[in-house]
Amino acid sequence: MTSGDGDRRAEAAPGPRVTLAIWRGDAAGGEFRAYSVPAVEGEVVLDVVQRIQAELAPDLAVRWNCKAGRCGSCSAEINGQPRLMCMTRMSTLDLTTAITVSPLRAFPAVRDLVADVSFNFAMAKRIPPFAPRPRPADGIYRMSQFDVDRAQEFHKCIECFLCQDVCHVIRDHEENKARYAGPRLFVRLAELEMHPLDTVDRRDLARAHLGIGLCNITKCCSEVCPEGIHITDNAIIPLKERVVDAHYDPVAWLGRKILRRPRPMPAAAAAPSAAADPDPANVAGPAAESAG
Amino acid sequence: MPDYETHHVDVLVVGAGGAGLRAAIEAAAAGATTAVVCKSLLGKAHTVMAEGGVAAALGNVWSEDSWQEHFRDTMRGGKMLNNWRMAELHAQEAPDRVLELESWGALFDRTADGRILQRDFGGHRYARLAHVGDRTGLEMLRTLQNRAVACGIEVFMECKILRLLTDASGAVCGALGLWRASGEFVVFAAKAVILASGGIGKIWKFTSNSWESTGDGHALALWAGADLIDMECVQFHPTGMIWPVSARGLLVTEGVRGDGGILKNADGERFMFRYIPEYYASETAETIEEADRWYDDKTVRRPPELLPRDEVARAINAEVKAGRGSPHGGVYLDIASRRSPESIRRRLPTMYQQFKELADVDITTQAMEVGPTCHYMMGGVRVDAETEAATIPGLFAAGEVAGGMHGANRLGGNSLSDLLVFGRRAGIGAAEYVKRLRPAAPDVAALERSATAALAYFENEGGENPYVVHDAVAETMQSLVGIIRTAAELEAALERLDELDEQRRRVAVAGHRQFNPAWHLALDLESMLVVARSTTLSAIARRESRGGHTRDDYPASDPEHFATVNIVTRLANGAVTVAEEERPALPAELAALLEVARS
Repeated sequence: MTSGDGDRRAEAAPGPRVTLAIWRGDAAGGEFRAYSVPAVEGEVVLDVVQRIQAELAPDLAVRWNCKAGRCGSCSAEINGQPRLMCMTRMSTLDLTTAITVSPLRAFPAVRDLVADVSFNFAMAKRIPPFAPRPRPADGIYRMSQFDVDRAQEFHKCIECFLCQDVCHVIRDHEENKARYAGPRLFVRLAELEMHPLDTVDRRDLARAHLGIGLCNITKCCSEVCPEGIHITDNAIIPLKERVVDAHYDPVAWLGRKILRRPRPMPAAAAAPSAAADPDPANVAGPAAESAG
Repeated sequence: MPDYETHHVDVLVVGAGGAGLRAAIEAAAAGATTAVVCKSLLGKAHTVMAEGGVAAALGNVWSEDSWQEHFRDTMRGGKMLNNWRMAELHAQEAPDRVLELESWGALFDRTADGRILQRDFGGHRYARLAHVGDRTGLEMLRTLQNRAVACGIEVFMECKILRLLTDASGAVCGALGLWRASGEFVVFAAKAVILASGGIGKIWKFTSNSWESTGDGHALALWAGADLIDMECVQFHPTGMIWPVSARGLLVTEGVRGDGGILKNADGERFMFRYIPEYYASETAETIEEADRWYDDKTVRRPPELLPRDEVARAINAEVKAGRGSPHGGVYLDIASRRSPESIRRRLPTMYQQFKELADVDITTQAMEVGPTCHYMMGGVRVDAETEAATIPGLFAAGEVAGGMHGANRLGGNSLSDLLVFGRRAGIGAAEYVKRLRPAAPDVAALERSATAALAYFENEGGENPYVVHDAVAETMQSLVGIIRTAAELEAALERLDELDEQRRRVAVAGHRQFNPAWHLALDLESMLVVARSTTLSAIARRESRGGHTRDDYPASDPEHFATVNIVTRLANGAVTVAEEERPALPAELAALLEVARS
């Protein structure tokens, strides 16, 4: 760890101080640099990062938007734990030593605290969209709050991707990204699967192309979810059960064979080439002609 | 000239919030090749911060509700400065837009008989806001995001638009952008551009808005030659968090008051009864007993806590100034003594979590400390009500960046419905417009000048720190162009903004072009300064008080003159100018709706 260019100024102001060791670097590599600033009551980690940015390291790259735990932009690893910087109060951390702040490790580094999370957007494209049953004659969909509650839990997801970051299936095995969608996308699948109006069956997709079977329910994802979604218990395990029911139920299997009516699966999901190629370029930077 | 890549589309949508995504979905459905470009990642736009709900006269809770009632509330809330046709279309179409979201997967809270539940909000006569607890914006944004992805709409993320491109005739024909990650330039050659870039909150110090709200769309429109209107009409939401200091400005949903929450000063007095303006006297409760009955009995008058936001913000401001504020300089918002902990946690889960985690306050047992926070720009790009076409060809605008719909003050819940109604209309408008067009050639020299100018910040040595300049802009606007304004302070703000624009020119950015926030801020400052100037000049020009625009030196509204004009902002020879222009007269049948005697 090297010392950031802030230490000289740091000596000027009296009173208690806090030190963040922030990972600075890019895809080619990087290192932790320490920045020390005066402590301010009530601050969260993102406040301190922003003060460092304004006063000591103007080009420090960091994503943030709402600063209220609502948008899921400022995900990082704080002392090695996947957290939202805007919802981690400094007072909850041990301030006697430097607090490390680093980008999500499961994704490629872009710069400093910014990681390339395009994998998640590419994966999302593989999931066949919501398709409701037709409206009843009076045009009003009636649903009970009880039924809605179950899917609403998954709608709370803010796409911070902390669950993806902590999931060892992809964190420790880059090669699995081609065939494993990760907890965030399982939550999305569960949300559709348990939507009271939806008509599409995505169980084969979950098994064959999104790798739900690879999850071995260690519940790391549920532990880091800032929205408190019970990812493993309420999304993944029920999905696994439904996949097993669909795939191994001999009566259902025979029925499908005899009637020759495969479960509906939209083309995008069935195409193996699309499934094997979560190309980040498809999300943010498609092929373009050059000019100028 | 730096290198750049080029993408060709029919319709380019700038902004991936609710308005932008809704516009893109409609433009694509109408057959136009459509792309969305946004400064952040997809799904992070400020729409996620909308809490309380989307206003639409569905009539699910009170069957007496109708579009006419919604229209009336909106016009009165906007102090009649609204573009009446927009307010009419909005009230008529909002219910269909909400039901449409449901068929795209949105799951709103339900009534006992299984329909969409609606909640009370300020300025709305009936419980009108379809909602999902207090995270309605997230539900809407995610629904639109999923729909846009399903429609195959291309989304260019983390790309800042620097300038709109125009052809020889002055029509908009694309945009020059900057990939934030690589620092490379990109040209979007488009037959039409829809601005859906949101608000301007970062011009103020205490704001509910995210870093993205730097007025880019307002500035892009001005620079391209389009008109803005009503830029003096800025909404300060009455209830933002005020402590801890770092969380100051964070929104506390009006849903707290809609669900029964009340405002108290340091003496424990429910003070809003002392701030009922004449304008609202006939529909506002005068006693605690009447106010508390209203939640279940709409034949009595509304609690004063549910006056429109401009009224409540001014009242809180006055209480604090009179020395009856809370320890951190706000007032108390109390739901704990009004509703059960279970009900609070169920209906306001985000507020519960926000106060618990950021302020160590349990809102089921303690009152919240709140105060006004800059929240919303009512003014914006002057548009045609039907198509959202701006005043130059090829440019459209929808959502917060567009002006007119909300007049001088927006009602809570009307923003989410606005972006659905007018996002859709902008998508149709742009798709129709491009059908008649062949691609035009942009003014390449202008494009190259803009790109070169953007790189100039790397050449300035030892100059200004962009973060310091931004703080100064925000400090200036907060102290001189805030809730209560005077001519002297507004003039002082103009002078200060001149100095700050000079400092902005001298901003020096260190490091390289890859994901360099200091550079991005320098570029955002260009937008912020031109918008700050527009707002200040417009505030000087409107010599009356109306809605979000309050002049201490002209405390009354002026029904004879200023009620009949919009303040129009445009660029003349590079300088921001303002002019008064007559507003379209309200047709008799709509005027009659506003005069219906209240029971």
